[in-house]
Amino acid sequence: MPQLWELAKLIRSKNAGPFELTFDILFSTAEDFERVKASDVLTAQRFADLYRVPVERVRFFAHEGALAFKISIPRPAFSGDPDDTDVFGGQFHSPLVQLEIQ
Amino acid sequence: MTLKAVSATGQLGTGFLEESLKTAASGAAFIGCDAGSTDPGPFYLGSGKAQASRDAAKRDTRVMLEAGLDQGIPVLIGSAGTAGAKPHLEWMLEIVRELARERHWHFKLASINTELDRQYLLDQFDAGRITPLDPAPDLTRDILIQAEHIVGMAGSEPFQKALDTGAQVVVSGRCSDVSIFAAIPLRRNIPRGTAWHAGKILECGAASVERRLHPDSLVAELDEEGFTVYPPNERMRCTPTSVVSHTLYENSDPYHLIEPGGALDTSECTYTAVGERAVRVTGSTFVPADRYTVRLEGAVLAGFRSVALGGIRDPLVLRQLDSYLGSLKEVVKKKVADSLALSPVEYEVTWRVYGKDASMGALEPTPVITGHEVGLLIDVLARTQSEASGICSIAWHTALHHPIPEYSGLISNLAFPFSPPGIDAGAAYRFCINHVLTLDDPCGPFAITVEDI
Repeated sequence: MPQLWELAKLIRSKNAGPFELTFDILFSTAEDFERVKASDVLTAQRFADLYRVPVERVRFFAHEGALAFKISIPRPAFSGDPDDTDVFGGQFHSPLVQLEIQ
Repeated sequence: MTLKAVSATGQLGTGFLEESLKTAASGAAFIGCDAGSTDPGPFYLGSGKAQASRDAAKRDTRVMLEAGLDQGIPVLIGSAGTAGAKPHLEWMLEIVRELARERHWHFKLASINTELDRQYLLDQFDAGRITPLDPAPDLTRDILIQAEHIVGMAGSEPFQKALDTGAQVVVSGRCSDVSIFAAIPLRRNIPRGTAWHAGKILECGAASVERRLHPDSLVAELDEEGFTVYPPNERMRCTPTSVVSHTLYENSDPYHLIEPGGALDTSECTYTAVGERAVRVTGSTFVPADRYTVRLEGAVLAGFRSVALGGIRDPLVLRQLDSYLGSLKEVVKKKVADSLALSPVEYEVTWRVYGKDASMGALEPTPVITGHEVGLLIDVLARTQSEASGICSIAWHTALHHPIPEYSGLISNLAFPFSPPGIDAGAAYRFCINHVLTLDDPCGPFAITVEDI
């Protein structure tokens, strides 16, 4: 079974402003994008579990035109707050990289 | 009619090829550049300092002004000095004035102040015209008073008003990144959807190309039907995928971008390749909002920070790191109380273990140590620098010699790369506002000043 990084061309997380975190998973081909979509590995519920937010706070988009998934959640801590660990939010995608895709 | 818009680079001070900008500027209606971001955190808004070095910002500004004056077109700089408050704006204006003095340039310079008056904000707050976005920190009158700086993110209207004075160079405090590039196209009757969408692509400079070799300029040609975007540098190219992908970047929603007067909707857009290096975009729409709102940004002092970083390599310490840290924290707490008469509510020590869970904190799915060493970052936040420094010193010295049961006798657990092991990191800030302010007049609280240079 391939891992997500073997199918995607880019997996990243980043601040969407200081209060939200956004994840982009981009693909080179429609085939890979559809395969991941059909696998149901990337879902709002999966993000709710991984990042411990209520599922209703997860905004999940499958963007056909961009061959991309975009997922946004409230930040675990506001950017730069004393309890923040990642000011740019650039490493929060890490648990997604090796997800197994059917 | 086609209007050519030029973005010098994604962020002023990060550079671009002089040749790229000069090629792009030929026949252009204006040159714009975004100079701000909240990405590097609250320090810049809190402290009044800029992220870019002055020399790097001056170099980029020099090339932009040269190209703008040569072509006789406006140069627009938005979100000056990273955070766009008064000290940042003044820093940027002084760079512009200095360049003009050195090069004997003459032009009309307009500046837009977006740092908001406290009494004005309190009045708006009391009148219920400041409302939270989601998520937002709790906002009170006290926070509005205590914040170091509070800015409003202006739209395109203040730029238009500044240009109406005849200014050739406009430097704005905090503003919507996109508004820098939408202001002139909107004035020239480019449809709103096209103007805002092209602005969204332009504001990041060459970020929307397929493979960005280095920060560089970008061009968009706008007309009644849509816009065509391409990099002036022939070694890079835009593709439909690279352009559509860029609409995802740093937005929480890939189809809708909220701006002061409404929202850009890209859900019905078509992206078509034009030749090898350009992309044509059509179908962008703009949905006006019921109320005109500007986002507010504010930063408040969180305290003063001192840090110490050391490596732990001993396998016996590593295998019991949790209990080592657990008992260590108790000893530090007691020593700080004994020596400095400070109680734990008066300061905060964060023990960050690199090699375990420091990057993701509580969200780390595998908080275990699998390597042969970890980095321990002792992060102290206190009310004054002297207190932070004193606590940090106690913390690192205690950590250094804190015992483990396997060894008897004094041990030294931490490999410090520096002397002194502790570093005073200065003031630390928090973002304290994620709210919008409703405006009747989009230019209302933003004062425009014009000077002849």
